[in-house]
Amino acid sequence: MADISGMTRRDVLRAGAAGIAASTLAAPAVHGQAAGGRLALGFWDHWVGEPANAAMRAIVNDWAQKNRVEVTLDFITSVGNKNLLTIAAEAQARQGHDVLSFPTWHVHEHQRLLEPMDDVMGRLIQKYGPVNQASEYLAKIGNTWRAVPQTAGTQYKGSAARIDLLKQHAGIDVQAMYPAENRLGPGAENWNWDTFLVAAQKCKEAGYPFALPAGTFSDATDWIGAMFRSFGADLVDARGNITIRNNDKVRQALDYAKRLFQHIPSEMFAADDATNNRALIAGRTALIFNPPSAWAVAKRDAPEVARNVWHFPSPAGPVSHTTPHLPYLYGVWTFSRNKSAAKALIEHLSQIEQVQKLVDASVGYDIPAFASMFDDIDTWRKVEPPLGTVYNYPLRPHHKAVPNIAYAPAPAEIAVQMYTQGIQAKMIARMVQNNEPMERVLAWAEQEVEGFKRG
Amino acid sequence: MADGNVLTAPGIPAAVAPPRTGRLHRLARRRSTLAFLMTLPLLAVIGGLVAYPFFYAIYLSMLNKRMTRFVGLDNFAFLLTRETFQYVVWQSVIFAVSAVIAKALIGFILAHVLHTLPAKGQRKWRGMLLVPWVIPPAISTLAWWWLFDPTYSAINWMLMGIGAPPVAWLGEPGWARFAVILVNVWYGAPFFMIMYLAALKSVPDQLYEAAAIDGATGWQKLRYVTVPMMRNIIAITVLFSLIVTFANFDIVRILTNGGPQDRTHIFGTYAFQVGIQSGDIPLGSAVSLFMFPILAVFAVFVLRGVTRRSKEMAG
Repeated sequence: MADISGMTRRDVLRAGAAGIAASTLAAPAVHGQAAGGRLALGFWDHWVGEPANAAMRAIVNDWAQKNRVEVTLDFITSVGNKNLLTIAAEAQARQGHDVLSFPTWHVHEHQRLLEPMDDVMGRLIQKYGPVNQASEYLAKIGNTWRAVPQTAGTQYKGSAARIDLLKQHAGIDVQAMYPAENRLGPGAENWNWDTFLVAAQKCKEAGYPFALPAGTFSDATDWIGAMFRSFGADLVDARGNITIRNNDKVRQALDYAKRLFQHIPSEMFAADDATNNRALIAGRTALIFNPPSAWAVAKRDAPEVARNVWHFPSPAGPVSHTTPHLPYLYGVWTFSRNKSAAKALIEHLSQIEQVQKLVDASVGYDIPAFASMFDDIDTWRKVEPPLGTVYNYPLRPHHKAVPNIAYAPAPAEIAVQMYTQGIQAKMIARMVQNNEPMERVLAWAEQEVEGFKRG
Repeated sequence: MADGNVLTAPGIPAAVAPPRTGRLHRLARRRSTLAFLMTLPLLAVIGGLVAYPFFYAIYLSMLNKRMTRFVGLDNFAFLLTRETFQYVVWQSVIFAVSAVIAKALIGFILAHVLHTLPAKGQRKWRGMLLVPWVIPPAISTLAWWWLFDPTYSAINWMLMGIGAPPVAWLGEPGWARFAVILVNVWYGAPFFMIMYLAALKSVPDQLYEAAAIDGATGWQKLRYVTVPMMRNIIAITVLFSLIVTFANFDIVRILTNGGPQDRTHIFGTYAFQVGIQSGDIPLGSAVSLFMFPILAVFAVFVLRGVTRRSKEMAG
């Protein structure tokens, strides 16, 4: 073949052979770049968006270069439960990513397919102290850690309240109660559900009702779960026994909820996870239970609202002081082909230097499971406006509050079904919307939960 | 050409005639073989994306929750004892039947209105009326959700503008059911309209002329000419729409997520909640397969009727 460039067929063949030889010679160098093997990661696509994802990508790339591991990093959204579908599909196919971000319940669900992480957790606990009970409940099954609590995406859903509206209409100075310091202020000891009820009534009368969702989305499930727990109103105990009908504490919690919802707009029974955020950003509510994501949007879209938002724990109940918590967890599939690299990366991501970067990038949204890190990470102290607004967002020892997973301490395989079907919220809806008698509501809940116990 | 099996042309000497074809070669030249090969990609798609998942779902629905043990029909029997699932069955029937009836009626009326329009303007109206069906339902449902939004409902804003009280469209069970059915009707009515319009255009004008000579009124023409001529298309459209409406997912998922109090859940959304969100894939599969036998029997009867009528008309 002679073409217009003047090359003969032999030239072309020769050049091709030279190219193949060159690429073959170059191959060891390529392998050298991935001496630590390949690793496929599927991490949660952060609500905060690109800044948080970029921080994660930078940390992972840096680690990959230093350890000569060829990494593929996918950010998988939880919108439309895409992350749950990915987890289910990979569990069925027994192939996919090496490491995935598992939402709240899915470590228990796939425990038989998850690599034990005792070695990693052992070293982390030795270095940073114990993780919070909620994360342990989700990640440690029997005596084995099946996952490692991650920072990115892990959140609290305490109070995000308007400083001005609560002061003006309910006489509550939230900044004084929870100053941006390691101490409680005056009034914090009275921050309980009774005080909350009065404040809800006054704010509603003033035209700023609390935006408390009561549907089946997680914002509703989480705060209602924390409220029930603070009354000691467990629907199922840790051994899997149903404790609904003859449980005075469940009755107390329901009775309280019925009184509270007299002051909550009825449309909140149809609210999703964005409804409360929008209400805060639009300046139509005095309080929501949410991480600082609503505040972050307000900072951009409604700065006058953001300047008046303060984050602090949810109210205490008669039995305990619980605040809603929603951790994400790193899990390594047993069918991963590079478990050692996967574990090394997870351990690297859990070190305080990396955690600080992730917390910074998420403007304080992300929370590590190790409370010992809180004072060493200065993001929550620096974020503004107002300065210190998220200081009390992570639960600190002086809050004397505990992180709560809705429906804990029930065995996870029962709890997850109660959680996704929002049993407590439906109990409240039946009492408030349908005016059903307490006995009927309890009987309905018991029958539903009995169905969740099948193996 | 009668068939594809054309062999040696007559009059050609044996020395120059093509070599005698083998069975394989003959098979390859048959039209049915060619047709099979050409439909093979489609068959592969249907096999991989419809048949295999269907049989796999049947298999999954007969496993225990941990997918470690075969339990036969236990999951189906268990579902029947659950109050929530009984609601789901009832709601799915209300949702599908009322939506299909409304879509069929609206489609029928719209088709007749369009049919009477002059040909010049008809295309414009036809295009506009098809818009709801052309927009991906996930997107149009989001727009509807904004109209029904719990806090900022545009419909409520208008209601309050005329002094009427706001309605909790998605927060009150009755209104929420109405809302999901309304959106489904809005989305699906154009499909009925276009099918019925095509059927109307195929009714011979001579039948109407003969009816007019016999002194038939407009109602009688509709009753004794139009409807009998459209019966097959009506049956097939209703069957198709019923199946699709029973299998709906996106509208309920986006508008209400099955709430409030599970009062808008239908098979698809409940199966997703039980199977994917709650991690009980076998039970979720059982939920999604529950209507299959009923719809299959319904489809057999409808299609038998269509075949019988077609034969009568041909005869």
